[in-house]
Amino acid sequence: MDTRGSRRSLLGLATLALVLVGMCAGHRSAGAAAPLKIGFAYVGPVGDAGWTFAHDKARKAVEAEYGPKVTTIFVENVPEAADAERVLRDMVKQGCGLIFGTTFGYMGPMMKVASTAKNVKFEHATGYKTAPNLRTYDSRTYEGAYMAGVIAGGMTKTNTLGVVASIPIPEVIRNIDSFTLGAQSVNPKVTTRVVWVNKWFDPPKEGEGAQALMNDGADVLMQNTDSSAVLQAAEKAGKHGFGWDSDMSKYGPKAHLGSAVINWAPYYKKAVGDVLDGSWKTGQTWWGVKEGSIDLVSVSPEVPAALKAKLDTVKAGLKAGTYAIWKGPVMDQDGKVVLKAGETADDKFLHGINFYVKGVQGKLPSGK
Amino acid sequence: MGGLALMLAASVNAGTVLALAGLGLLINERAGVLNLGAEGMMLIGALAGYATALHAPGAGMLLGYLAAAAAGAVMAALFGWLAIGIGTNQYATGLALSLFGVGFTAFAGKPFVDRQLAERGRDGIPWLRDLPLVGPALFGYHLLVYLAVALAVGLTWFLFRSRAGLLLRAVGESPESAHALGHRVRAIRMLAVIAGGALCGLAGAYVSLAYTHLWVENLIAGRGWIALALTTFATWRPARILLGAYLFGGLTMLQFHLQQRGVQIESHLLGMLPYLATVIVLVLISRRAAWIRHNMPASLGRIFRPGT
Repeated sequence: MDTRGSRRSLLGLATLALVLVGMCAGHRSAGAAAPLKIGFAYVGPVGDAGWTFAHDKARKAVEAEYGPKVTTIFVENVPEAADAERVLRDMVKQGCGLIFGTTFGYMGPMMKVASTAKNVKFEHATGYKTAPNLRTYDSRTYEGAYMAGVIAGGMTKTNTLGVVASIPIPEVIRNIDSFTLGAQSVNPKVTTRVVWVNKWFDPPKEGEGAQALMNDGADVLMQNTDSSAVLQAAEKAGKHGFGWDSDMSKYGPKAHLGSAVINWAPYYKKAVGDVLDGSWKTGQTWWGVKEGSIDLVSVSPEVPAALKAKLDTVKAGLKAGTYAIWKGPVMDQDGKVVLKAGETADDKFLHGINFYVKGVQGKLPSGK
Repeated sequence: MGGLALMLAASVNAGTVLALAGLGLLINERAGVLNLGAEGMMLIGALAGYATALHAPGAGMLLGYLAAAAAGAVMAALFGWLAIGIGTNQYATGLALSLFGVGFTAFAGKPFVDRQLAERGRDGIPWLRDLPLVGPALFGYHLLVYLAVALAVGLTWFLFRSRAGLLLRAVGESPESAHALGHRVRAIRMLAVIAGGALCGLAGAYVSLAYTHLWVENLIAGRGWIALALTTFATWRPARILLGAYLFGGLTMLQFHLQQRGVQIESHLLGMLPYLATVIVLVLISRRAAWIRHNMPASLGRIFRPGT
């Protein structure tokens, strides 16, 4: 008998046994009181001071709330492409029991990974496809846009507002429309101009877009992009602007009128709590001012008291669920009635908005 | 000013970033060195300028710009040591430096993302900008815009009318001949690379201090590569670099201008244009050997070792 061969096979068997025991031990400890590992996939850098910054703030809130019961990991700059799948699979391999994907473009990769990791729960932001172990969540950013619009409508002197828009998806179009509706509620004469930068984050380009809008007469700007470049451009030119996703008041002290912020903490805490107490169920969640996810903060002292009072009324109504932003009569650009008088839009209608309301100038990018 | 005039003015501002970097790259390419690290140098310049301006602005953030130029120069010196001193492959070294710059500035820049610079002063030449009509149109730009124009003029004179410029071009055309005449080829190339790096750093600082007035990772977002393409597109002539810079810089403003008037141009198509234009120019000048000789520095990208 070949002693070297038998020794090698003995070694191999021993290694295999060790590995198996290790796997079982690992599995057992995961079932025991090991902390829940939560993974966060971010599309941008935590330092964008906007979208991703807001998600990371909520992640920290989860850590503070649940202490030793959870550990979190996060990966920044995960592109909305095939690479996302790799990152998600890696998180699953690292033992995550709950994974948050914080942008629309992760939909495909998340669905794929979710189908192979059936005991991991997935939360997809701003998506619309669900699975038994994947649910979607979103914030009613259009409520923030509407409130900003109320302020903008009252502060504009040229009656021209400008929006630097990112990518032509329903969420962004809805925000442009809501911004306009809010402004029209205090000033029926306003019109809104839009430029599309086709990116979520590109500060120089966002600044150029802002410049183009101001060149065309806009004196209050809004953006759906993730950096403070638009607000800074407004500050430089002596015009007004808003913060978006996070409080940006310090980036444009003279120009800043208010920041439409998203607070993901209430939802994240609930999602983690659901997993910890075993009550996690798939579905779709859309939270707004009422649940504490959306707010308009740091309103400038430059805003006159009467206008601020109007804003507070709207905010109180949204909080109580008594104020409806998308309530008829609403017409689109061509004058067609999309919401009849007295009719209130439901979530299905809101999800499918692909038109400009009356008062928004320009054409929607083709094919959308 | 009318909408069109405003758009042109904005194009000039946008193009200045490319012009400064492109002219810097021109200097080292005329000496025969191709530094693909432009993106990295611009990023390091942007970060260095921003970090300095946060703590020690100086008048009009002068210290920030100087720090940026110094940072770009240091990075270029590193490239020079590797590519000229040791003789590594210029393309690979430059690429490595670019990638390093992207990663390094993302990492080192983290503490600066949430910060806010002091308020910007008004752009323009102090007294002239207040003149009616011509004031804002001609004299209301940031000082670096005028520097870019002056640089283009100065470099044209330097390259084609001065002895030192002739030497630089000679090194770029035939380093062996220059070496045979007793000139220190590698030292000249090193100086050219450092000068180019300083200008790229300055271009980066223009973005973080004047153009967008903030720092986030990957702020330059590919403009370094456009500047590299620009130098080739302009067939290594300073005046053409300036005009090409305004053209490329103006593409985004043009797109927005057209969007507002209902004309949609697919933005990815627009993003391709600078590179497409450069390829077309390359094809055109490559059709005859004489044209290539006339337009491109002959030793561009080739390693020179004295004694070989």
